[in-house]
Amino acid sequence: MSHKLLLNGKEIEVILNRLACQLLEKHGDFSNTVLIGIQPRGAFLAERISALLQNEYQVKNLKTGLLDITFFRDDFRRHNKSLEANQTQIDFLVEDKKVVFIDDVLFTGRSIRAALTAIQSFGRPAVIELLVLIDRRFSRDLPIQPDYRGRQVDAINNERVIVSWGSDSTENAVYLKRTQTEL
Amino acid sequence: MSTLSVDHLLGIKYLQPQDIALIFQTADQFKEVINRPIKKVPSLRDITVANIFFENSTRTKLSFELAQKRLSADVISFSAAQSSVKKGETLLDTVNNILAMKVDMVVMRHSYAGAAHFLAKHVNARIINAGDGAHEHPTQGLLDSYSIREKLGEVGGKKVVIVGDILHSRVALSNIFALKMLGAEVKVCGPSSLIPKFIESLGVTVETDLRKALEWCDVANMLRVQNERMDFSYFPNSREYAMRYGINKELLESLSKEIVIMHPGPINRGVEITSEVADSGQSIILNQVENGVAIRMAVIYLLAEKIR
Repeated sequence: MSHKLLLNGKEIEVILNRLACQLLEKHGDFSNTVLIGIQPRGAFLAERISALLQNEYQVKNLKTGLLDITFFRDDFRRHNKSLEANQTQIDFLVEDKKVVFIDDVLFTGRSIRAALTAIQSFGRPAVIELLVLIDRRFSRDLPIQPDYRGRQVDAINNERVIVSWGSDSTENAVYLKRTQTEL
Repeated sequence: MSTLSVDHLLGIKYLQPQDIALIFQTADQFKEVINRPIKKVPSLRDITVANIFFENSTRTKLSFELAQKRLSADVISFSAAQSSVKKGETLLDTVNNILAMKVDMVVMRHSYAGAAHFLAKHVNARIINAGDGAHEHPTQGLLDSYSIREKLGEVGGKKVVIVGDILHSRVALSNIFALKMLGAEVKVCGPSSLIPKFIESLGVTVETDLRKALEWCDVANMLRVQNERMDFSYFPNSREYAMRYGINKELLESLSKEIVIMHPGPINRGVEITSEVADSGQSIILNQVENGVAIRMAVIYLLAEKIR
């Protein structure tokens, strides 16, 4: 098992700022846009981007929610590991809103497929976009692509991309981890 | 993450504390789901569940059906009154015939204690006990503890008194097992004719004076007098029962602290509790009903995970 550093804390900060600016360019004052972090790993990224937009770019009244997709996944009973449910926290309707899904790594696209179904419980969004920190190329099972991507990564099957958030931004890192068994 | 340590939910007695924690944690998420504009998730779309009720039930049956439908399972339900059981079919034959129709899970209520165990031993499906005689009613035990946790923050260290017909009550037994497992102190209170002889062996204390019991407790769970299970008179009449073991507004207000009132339903208004008490701010009876759906969704979901 080995680790290879893909992004360090500083690089991640630069990327997050760029992603925030891209969102700003597209969505203006965010009056009709909501950010939704996909649980569990997208939650922290959504929180970081939301904080950046509010503190650095003075976006007011930004709505951010968390969506748990456990009960919408297509691998229930087909997976050796059990699926742990997380909290969903969306205290607004997404009807006619522009929704931006935020997740850390886009791999097969199946989580995003589940999220697309799950969000319908909260209304019919006008548009759904996808923002990911890491886009793993050549690994998609479904025709799903990000609208905003931090970094594209080529990884083979027995490699995992791990995004590790530290208590301080300098401790943030993205690793490529090689495992013995194929996932 | 862990899964349930059991393949069937036959009783609280067979669960581990971590199972209850897992069920509560999952129920928290389902409670959020059932408060959404669209209250349905697709998890169990390839699972079929049969609800077999050999005894009357309104809320348990509705609650189970709703839980199954909100998980997108296919559901078939029947009560014994309309089935071939009346024509002399045995329990095992009835259930095996249902399973031949490719059913994955069975929710059963039966008047004989141990009926769910028997089924779990002999048929190849997940079994959920929805009440077996005077033995256990595990989902009720779970939802009662869950409701206490929701109202008071936690169950551990709380004092709970179960009042009424302990002798015939499967709700009492499941509640005692769940509450003790979660670290609550439990007292039972009722006429001595309705308190089982060796109940202390379960780690509970006995009190026959209702006022003393209420002064002691944080939560009072008022059970229904089960007239249908009484083959002779255990107390003179329901008026006398109401006077000695019923809670009215005056009694509730004369206590030194505010206690939480629970009732598993159906209520005999004016016997165990008066309407004023049942509809008061201290009562969480309707919260119990709402939590019942979330708890049953969690149990069904977690057991369905084990169907391969």
